[in-house]
Amino acid sequence: MTLFLAALVLWMAAWWLNTRIAGSSLASSYVGRTAVPVVFGLSVLAIWELVVRGLDVPQVILPAPTVIAETFASETGTLWIDFRQTALKGAISGYVIGCLAAFAVALAIDRSTFLRHGLLPIGGFVAALPIVGTAPILVNWFGFDWQSKAAVVVVMVFFPILVNTVQGLADTAAMQRDLMRTYSASYWQTLLKLRLPAAMPFVFNGLKIATTLALIGAIVAEYFGSPTRGMGFRISTSVGTLELAMVWSEIAVAALAGTLFYGAVTLVERWVTFWHPSQR
Amino acid sequence: MNRVLPILVVLAAILALWYVAVVPMNAGWTIAQAERAGHELTFVDIVADTMNQDRPRLPAPHQVAAELKKTVLDTKVTSKRSLVFHGWITLQSTLWGFALGTTVGIGMAVSIVYSRTANMSLMPWAIISQTIPIVAIAPMIIVVLATLGVEGRTVPKAIISAYLCFFPVLVSMVKGLRSPGAMQIDLMKTYSANAGQTFWKLRLPASVPYLFTSLKVGIAAALVGTIVGELPTGAIQGLGARILIGDQFGNPLMIWSALIAAACLAGALVTIVTVLQSLALQRMGYAR
Repeated sequence: MTLFLAALVLWMAAWWLNTRIAGSSLASSYVGRTAVPVVFGLSVLAIWELVVRGLDVPQVILPAPTVIAETFASETGTLWIDFRQTALKGAISGYVIGCLAAFAVALAIDRSTFLRHGLLPIGGFVAALPIVGTAPILVNWFGFDWQSKAAVVVVMVFFPILVNTVQGLADTAAMQRDLMRTYSASYWQTLLKLRLPAAMPFVFNGLKIATTLALIGAIVAEYFGSPTRGMGFRISTSVGTLELAMVWSEIAVAALAGTLFYGAVTLVERWVTFWHPSQR
Repeated sequence: MNRVLPILVVLAAILALWYVAVVPMNAGWTIAQAERAGHELTFVDIVADTMNQDRPRLPAPHQVAAELKKTVLDTKVTSKRSLVFHGWITLQSTLWGFALGTTVGIGMAVSIVYSRTANMSLMPWAIISQTIPIVAIAPMIIVVLATLGVEGRTVPKAIISAYLCFFPVLVSMVKGLRSPGAMQIDLMKTYSANAGQTFWKLRLPASVPYLFTSLKVGIAAALVGTIVGELPTGAIQGLGARILIGDQFGNPLMIWSALIAAACLAGALVTIVTVLQSLALQRMGYAR
């Protein structure tokens, strides 16, 4: 009970600290903007630890963060193998193939107004569908190894990127296109120098949505059959044997991988679309 | 007409491609069967056979349509073989998750708009929460809630859909609640309106267009969440469970018909929200 009360006190102290930082001159600086969420995150972790220990929550319901950290540290070998199988082989290869394919198709249909009017609404609709459901079919077609996971990822990332790219390519103003025409620029020159750069903010919007979808696809596909490694495989088997610390370690890996992947795409975005108002 | 024609043409093209793909996908089995029986097959025989296999690798569209007719129209709605029954199970969790996610999203948006501390603490974590693949957490939520004594699967599935659904609502509600300009807020001040009045009479109405845009994304995300919640967890009821069972029993027709049903459900839900949106916006006097 004392630990539980300590958690409450800690919560209020952390919130008070954050309010102080948010109200001070630090709030607009980089330090302040990083410190506040970090303090918040750490206090949540500490409260989790205190509550689990204070209320004697059984390990099969919620392991304490320190227990998870121990498992994480002792199982790094397994976690790395799973990460390589799911994230590097399945998700990344599928992401690259899916993005390139969607991009190529977008460029192709962009040349025809008819196709654009036909495909855009359908693509938008398909992008909202539960495409993860195709995972068992694709696992059946491409076998248990990472190829089938990559295939699921391709299908999942294809439509968001297609729709965003087509929209982006249509984003130039008539004035700008006319200007290119007065320069007597060819189709490819207009594409490379005007329309593709103008489309990049949209493309990156799609690429960022797709990072999360890629990991989801690769993990779900493993629930339908995989070699004896991979994050989805480990999660489903560990849940079965109630080794929740292992499950949480895999979740931590998935969270880290997802955040890093998203962060990497955001960095590239900042570098490519430095001119866009949202980046300045 | 000009807008519908391209869509119809593209849909027809997809259907045609599907039929064309059926032949090479299923031909292997046909040829193997014929060899075993010692038959010679002409091309026409192969094509005819690939269209009507019992367990095709890729079922032909008319097979899926027949399966849908069988499980939707010809089966009693209460039967466990009826897709309407499974769709209803999925719909329930989707709506619960949608309600929960929307409430959490709006609540967080209000606290973020009104409290600088909440804004700085919560917003980065809300973004990070969406980069975590929810499917990693889904099986655990279900097991943990089961050990806690929560009966049934509606609650865990609803939590998973809420997790996917709250974020778009949060982001647009923050935008929407902040959309009134300094002029409008100043006007409220000259009326000596208090914080509550400014919220109910200015900020909330101003955020409604933003809210509906995000609800369309949110309801689709909630459905995806429910199906994700059904897929990896050995559920026996719901569209995701039909996909799972179809996979386990090697019945591709079941998987495909459940997928089509899920697509129809998604379309119907988004359409309903769109209709509500135009009704509400008309009522509130937003020019359309």
